[in-house]
Amino acid sequence: MRGLKQLTVMNFKLYLREPIATFFTLAFPPLLVLLFGAMYGNDPSQLYGGYGTMDITMSAYTALILGTIGLLGVPITTSGYREQGVLRRFRATPMRPLTYIVADLLTNLVMTLLGMIILIGVGWALYKVRFEGQVLSVFVAVVFSGLTMFSIGYLIASLAPGARTAQVIGMVIFYPMMFLSGASIPLEVMPEGVRRIADFLPLTHVVTLLRGLWFGEGWGEHLTEVVVLGGILVVGAGLAARFFRWE
Amino acid sequence: MTVVIEVVGLRKIYSDVVAVDDVSFEVRKGEIFGMVGPNGAGKTTTIECIEGLRQPDNGRVNLFGVDPGQTRSAIAERIGIQLQDSSLPTRIRVGEAMSLFGSFYARQADSGELLERLGLIEKRSASFSNLSGGQKQRLFIALALINQPEVVFFDELTTGLDPQARRAMWDLVRQIRDEGRTVFLTTHFMEEAERLCDRVLILDDGKIVALDTPEALISSLEMEKRIVLTLPGAPEKLPLSDLPQVDRIERSGDRIVVYGHGERFAGPVITALEHAGIDFLDLRTEQPNLDDVFLALTGRDMRE
Ligand SMILES: Nc1ncnc2c1ncn2[C@@H]1O[C@H](COP(=O)(O)OP(=O)(O)O)[C@@H](O)[C@H]1O
Ligand SMILES: [Mg+2]
Repeated sequence: MRGLKQLTVMNFKLYLREPIATFFTLAFPPLLVLLFGAMYGNDPSQLYGGYGTMDITMSAYTALILGTIGLLGVPITTSGYREQGVLRRFRATPMRPLTYIVADLLTNLVMTLLGMIILIGVGWALYKVRFEGQVLSVFVAVVFSGLTMFSIGYLIASLAPGARTAQVIGMVIFYPMMFLSGASIPLEVMPEGVRRIADFLPLTHVVTLLRGLWFGEGWGEHLTEVVVLGGILVVGAGLAARFFRWE
Repeated sequence: MTVVIEVVGLRKIYSDVVAVDDVSFEVRKGEIFGMVGPNGAGKTTTIECIEGLRQPDNGRVNLFGVDPGQTRSAIAERIGIQLQDSSLPTRIRVGEAMSLFGSFYARQADSGELLERLGLIEKRSASFSNLSGGQKQRLFIALALINQPEVVFFDELTTGLDPQARRAMWDLVRQIRDEGRTVFLTTHFMEEAERLCDRVLILDDGKIVALDTPEALISSLEMEKRIVLTLPGAPEKLPLSDLPQVDRIERSGDRIVVYGHGERFAGPVITALEHAGIDFLDLRTEQPNLDDVFLALTGRDMRE
């Protein structure tokens, strides 16, 4: 995989030079903490099983970052690169397609982790948010959920004829999910009908899995999430690999 | 003479268009080989089949003795490619693009020296999106040379370059050849093909119209050469009509056009005039060029 390191580092720099993408990955979630923290504080609540609003938003906003990158960032960048001919230029080199994909995945995962660190830093500084799980376990869950979301993104990029369409499809899928999955507003405060819809949204399962592991639950208690997300990952990545176009 | 590229019976069809139709030719090591023809002639399709980026529908391509469509990664190390249509991430800087693309290859050229040669050194920290069309084109040419390729492909070499940059590019391409590399380029500028290429393939409507050195193509036409000159107050009877090289003379006032043939045609005409003590001004010889060749072979004018 010659060039993997250089491509990953370059992708990362390019990401940070995109003000909008960087804002939504790194700055938006902490801003939500400031906003909702000011409104609801972090007092333990019966509604959230004894945790405070800010305690549970840490894992929820992590899911939000994954959704933003996977459903908006990945399809917009990938289909844009294809439409402009950037992918054509890469294909004219000996760099292997797998190297390109791995570099892209690494960049997005690192951006996610960076977003999480800032988010948790702000949450901890202002509200001493609680973390009761195992770091490694949560890390694995973030990577696993990330791959799932990114595979949906690649699938959108592969199927959409152009960059505009990919962007619209990503937004149509992401925005309802953003509000109905518990990633930005806890499902506990949602009406029963919304919660029933939420069960069908992939991002809901990310929110549930991450929150569970965050507070010390085991993987065994989240087999549903693992199966659903794993299924999406396998099908999404398979279809994306099948339909991916370099030009 | 080592053959580095061999194309046999290449054919490529897009739904209803036959883009390349039974094309066969060879490219020799160390030459500048040019493929010239109007837009839509099939140049890009042909060059990208050789680069292994498109699959022929029929026929075969051989690059370094192997099929580039099958063994792309091995071949990609040894060739340099400038695509007609491609792009880079908008916010990547010139120097960053050079080191990124360099990192994909086992062998790398000195990127500072390449940028120097292409007049981009002071643009090193400029973003791709802030480059002019000509600067982007020069960057893509630098990227095509980043791995010290044995064969370089330029698809529309000087598109977007101003006349001065175009001439500099011709010099660069000659240098590349003189370093022992093989250059395969396409262009729709006949003058470029004529001035730069060792051999020229004229492609029209997916078919080969002619393939030879520019000189041979032009002289094969056996077209008349012309000398245009002004003769103030010259006598009615000129000492030129008896020369064996001269076919006919057209005269309107002081201006005369002498039509003739032969390798050295201007020499005897000038000698004869000087001998007769006739003063002439503004002597200009007009040679047929590749545009005339294209016109003669296809019945259509490239310049239109
Ligand atoms: N990807 C493609 N899909 C459909 N038609 C194509 C494609 N590429 C080229 N063509 C058609 O094939 C013909 C040759 O095109 P091309 O090889 O680009 O010619 P040139 O490079 O000489 O301008 C043109 O009629 C063009 O419209
Ligand atoms: Mg072309």
